[in-house]
Amino acid sequence: MNNLIEIRWHGRGGQGAKTASLLLADAAFNTGKYIQGFPEYGPERMGAPITAYNRISDKPITIHTNIYEPDYVVVVDDTLLECVDVTSGLKETGAIVINTTKDAEYLKQHLKGYKGEVYTIDAKKVSMETLGKYFPNTPMLAAIVKVSNIMEEKDFIADMEGSFKHKFAKKPEVIEGNMKAIELALKEVKKI
Amino acid sequence: MSIRERLSGNEAVATAMKQINPDVVAAFPITPSTEIPQYFSTFVANGSVDTEFVAVESEHSAMSACIGAQAAGARAMTATSANGLSLMWEMIYIASSLRLPIVLNLVNRAVSGPLNIHNDHSDAMGVRDSGWIMLFSENNQEAYDNTLMAHRIAENKDVQLPLMVCQDGFITSHAIENIELEEDSEVKNFVGEYKPEHYLLNRKEPIAVGPLDLQGYLFEHKAQQAEAMKKAKQVILDVAKDFEKWTGRHYGLFEEYKLDDSEIAIVCMNSTAGTAKFVVDKLREKGVKAGLLKIRVYRPFPGEEVAEALKNQKAIAVLDKSDSLNAIGGALFEDVVSSMYVNEENVPMCNYIYGIGGRDTTAEDIESVYEDLQKIAKTGKVEDPYRYLGLRREAK
Repeated sequence: MNNLIEIRWHGRGGQGAKTASLLLADAAFNTGKYIQGFPEYGPERMGAPITAYNRISDKPITIHTNIYEPDYVVVVDDTLLECVDVTSGLKETGAIVINTTKDAEYLKQHLKGYKGEVYTIDAKKVSMETLGKYFPNTPMLAAIVKVSNIMEEKDFIADMEGSFKHKFAKKPEVIEGNMKAIELALKEVKKI
Repeated sequence: MSIRERLSGNEAVATAMKQINPDVVAAFPITPSTEIPQYFSTFVANGSVDTEFVAVESEHSAMSACIGAQAAGARAMTATSANGLSLMWEMIYIASSLRLPIVLNLVNRAVSGPLNIHNDHSDAMGVRDSGWIMLFSENNQEAYDNTLMAHRIAENKDVQLPLMVCQDGFITSHAIENIELEEDSEVKNFVGEYKPEHYLLNRKEPIAVGPLDLQGYLFEHKAQQAEAMKKAKQVILDVAKDFEKWTGRHYGLFEEYKLDDSEIAIVCMNSTAGTAKFVVDKLREKGVKAGLLKIRVYRPFPGEEVAEALKNQKAIAVLDKSDSLNAIGGALFEDVVSSMYVNEENVPMCNYIYGIGGRDTTAEDIESVYEDLQKIAKTGKVEDPYRYLGLRREAK
């Protein structure tokens, strides 16, 4: 991998994009990397567009700015494609991962001629099948790990199990579902 | 042996406070420092500290409670931001004039109005003349380390002044980054016990704290505060030396980044210094001799040392994350300019007001400052020393 990987998350308040960015930072940290995970706080409320960021590097990271030319973009909610310029500055050597069931034609129209790789995943289906509720952030986290190849899948799975045990110490019943969501999402993410 | 961790700036400070285990914490929540007392109150609730946590009804009361506790002979800490500090204003001066070494974590945020919760340094700059020692932190690690060093500096018998540790709201307070933590027992040993010379709860020595002080002696007491502030400089260096022996992490009054052979330099504080380092590295690859001086100790201001460190530059830009609205320049700029002048160093200098109200300061913004400095270095002339960086063009 390149020395510095920059990722930008687009989601809506309440969908867990910020949490997903922090979990990704955690997972990369556990593989020995230097990491940053931070949200861009606005007038935050349920449903409003939000942005979160990750930097992952082999060397210490000193830059403290938002990310304008990301290597990867994750879109947690495809309704954002109509109102947010999600491919802004996205490197053509990188990729965008979108939670959607829309067809290639629709996506092409809304990605403003983006020439890099486009991946999709139906995070709703994954979430409903494994958790019985719609939490898109866990499947999207798995999808970006797969697409960006920032760590080995087996390391990621092992690490997430540890993270969930810690995070859901008071709700152990959701750990199994989240782990299933990760495993299914790793299979379901497709390049178009 | 340091512990490799990843924490936000607020988590880092709360962890330092847990390890310090002060006698009293009195705080009132305000964005973006809310998490500090929030996390700390969970440490109190689960018994990992034995601190008396006072959930006061305002920041004025938070500082008042810290003053009362510290005067009684306890070690007191608090945290706040922006308007919280504004509401403490009256008590901020009383804390320093009573020579109470209270430690405050200030998570820098724009002072209203209009209402803004994001980062700039207007809160800190408002209390720069209040007699508090002020340490600035580039990232979570420095916020943690400065907090661990704080009590040793503030409580030193030559100093006895309150101290605030600053870090950038959201930019570092809410960003998860790598950090090296120290073992609880080692922190305890390093910080040591608070042994005040005079305190209210000493039955053998009844004293009055904060009585009337009029024409007869207030002037002398202020001069003593000023003297303590001067002495603090050496104490800060001594504590940093001990800290380095323990952790291996070096701290001075400021950090010089590629400044020994640079021709153009930026002076700034907090997280922007990290972005400037990124830009300096980039420019060095192109052969541009760019450097950075990051102020860590803003009060006392290390004027003589700053002038010495900057004297060989051909042009200097000072970045202020707060506008003094005085038609001449920001506070840090004025400090650097007067330091250079009184030490007879004549280098062309300019000032950029930047990042107000959380405006993101990009690597390109910083690069544009170095481009301006290259031009100034060539001509030796500064036509408009008081400038803006990152202002929307149409608003000029």
